[in-house]
Amino acid sequence: MKDKVLMKGNEAIAEAAIMAGCRHYFGYPITPQTEVAAYMAKRMPKIGGTFLQAESEISAVNMVIGAAAAGVRAMTSSSSPGISLKSEGLSYMAGCELPALIVNVQRGGPGLGGIQPSQSDYFQATRGGGHGDYHMLVLAPGSVQEMADMTVKGFELAETYRMPCMLLADGTMGQMMEPVVLDVDDVKTVAKPWAVTGTKCEREHNVVNSLSLVPEELEKWNLARYERYAYIEENETRAEEFMTDDADIIVVAFGIAARVSKNAVVAARKEGVKVGLIRPISLWPFPKKNLARAAEHAKHFISVELSMGQMIEDVELAIRCSRPVSLVKRVGGVIPSPEEVLEAIKKVQL
Amino acid sequence: MRKKRVTLLAGHYGSGKTNIAVNLAFARRADGGDVAVADLDIVNPYYRAKDSEAELAAAGISLISSPFANSNVDLPSLPQELYRIIDDQKTQMFVDIGGDDRGAYALGRFAEALKKEDDYEMILVINGYRPLTGDEKDTVTIMREIEEAGHLNFTAVINNSNLGAETTAEDVLASVSYAEKTAAAAGLPLLMTTVREDLVPALTGKIEPLFGLKLQRSRIW
Repeated sequence: MKDKVLMKGNEAIAEAAIMAGCRHYFGYPITPQTEVAAYMAKRMPKIGGTFLQAESEISAVNMVIGAAAAGVRAMTSSSSPGISLKSEGLSYMAGCELPALIVNVQRGGPGLGGIQPSQSDYFQATRGGGHGDYHMLVLAPGSVQEMADMTVKGFELAETYRMPCMLLADGTMGQMMEPVVLDVDDVKTVAKPWAVTGTKCEREHNVVNSLSLVPEELEKWNLARYERYAYIEENETRAEEFMTDDADIIVVAFGIAARVSKNAVVAARKEGVKVGLIRPISLWPFPKKNLARAAEHAKHFISVELSMGQMIEDVELAIRCSRPVSLVKRVGGVIPSPEEVLEAIKKVQL
Repeated sequence: MRKKRVTLLAGHYGSGKTNIAVNLAFARRADGGDVAVADLDIVNPYYRAKDSEAELAAAGISLISSPFANSNVDLPSLPQELYRIIDDQKTQMFVDIGGDDRGAYALGRFAEALKKEDDYEMILVINGYRPLTGDEKDTVTIMREIEEAGHLNFTAVINNSNLGAETTAEDVLASVSYAEKTAAAAGLPLLMTTVREDLVPALTGKIEPLFGLKLQRSRIW
């Protein structure tokens, strides 16, 4: 009875990270992600890894920077207010070109907000959060299985492109329990000749740094980084499409909102409404092409979010505002019901 | 054998304690008498007995729960009404204890009174499909940690091995040997196997005793 296990999303992240070879976790407790840290605390000592509860989120993210600079797989996790504290470190990580996995199990905000699920850190995750011109890879899992799979994928992508990767989940995804198969036989590792591991007097010093006081040089760094971003946009965009082929209406939703929306799409189809769902899996890069393709036949888009309407801007940009986009939103920790989404679908005048 | 007045349910978090506490309370209520479910979870603010508040109230079962359970307030608080567990000796109590040893600390304050009254059972709820309790050794380790924190010893085991909504009769059958090994390693009787009610027909005669769980939380996602 070993193949499938019943796990919380938070536990699945932690175990998958361990299976992916992560031996360095630095965190600080905050609901609703604390099980990631609790699980790591139990498991890491048994496998010779490091679990460290830092004195603050700021400290934890800087420990990740140090570990990543030394070339090891490192991660941290938090929930919304804690991610705000870590944002300075994320900018430094992007500037230093350091790979690491950052997990955000979102809760309602702003400020201390609440402890119930939310997706209102969409802008923060996809637009930066920290200062400067940069992006993080942002993955949005839609099940406990994907929490595990994307943890592994997140490390691979981060190391391949030398940049931080954020797993953007929410309180529901973190807390819910589902069967999961932890199958990580083939972990891809990436050589890190840039890592600061000591020269042993055999090579030049490696330097990991985000500071450049020569403007032209800093400009060059940024341009090079954005060339890489363009390549990533072309090659690492991920989305799931459900019943979109003949759809007149396209619902766009990620994470827990996509699960609710899928139920609404199935219900609407039973009533003869031609509606489909596009679920962005990578939020940056956003699956613009999937939406643009759908806009060739769809007449209306609906963005379903646990925020006041953040992803809707990317939906409008992706289709160049060529179709009306309406918004179904619940905030503060409330999850929209399938009935609410169904009602919005039925309200569309084609 | 007469049923004990207080049934304490503890185990690794996610093993199914809350659901079993609520279902056992319903079954006992059908036998008559005053029944209450007490939520002693100070660890997890989600998926609490409070989810079943309406059904419990309709069946005349009282719920003793923190006013903050399932709310937006993340406080490890307990209601003062919790003392009914030991003071209200006319009521049969099903006590849902939070996960792992952290959750069982809240039980410690009642340990002496429960021992004095000597009318309780403490059940270890196990799920072999949970990653940290996948074999008898790990399960007994967590069991001992709970006993130490709660100052009380377990008296029996309930096998609630499941994979959530995807659980099949085969999954439950495959868990029996784990449950037997765990009960043996713990030196405790295996009281019963609990399963989702729709699996009862397929398992009747194959696993005994079997207890069907009627109340399940439905989800919108």
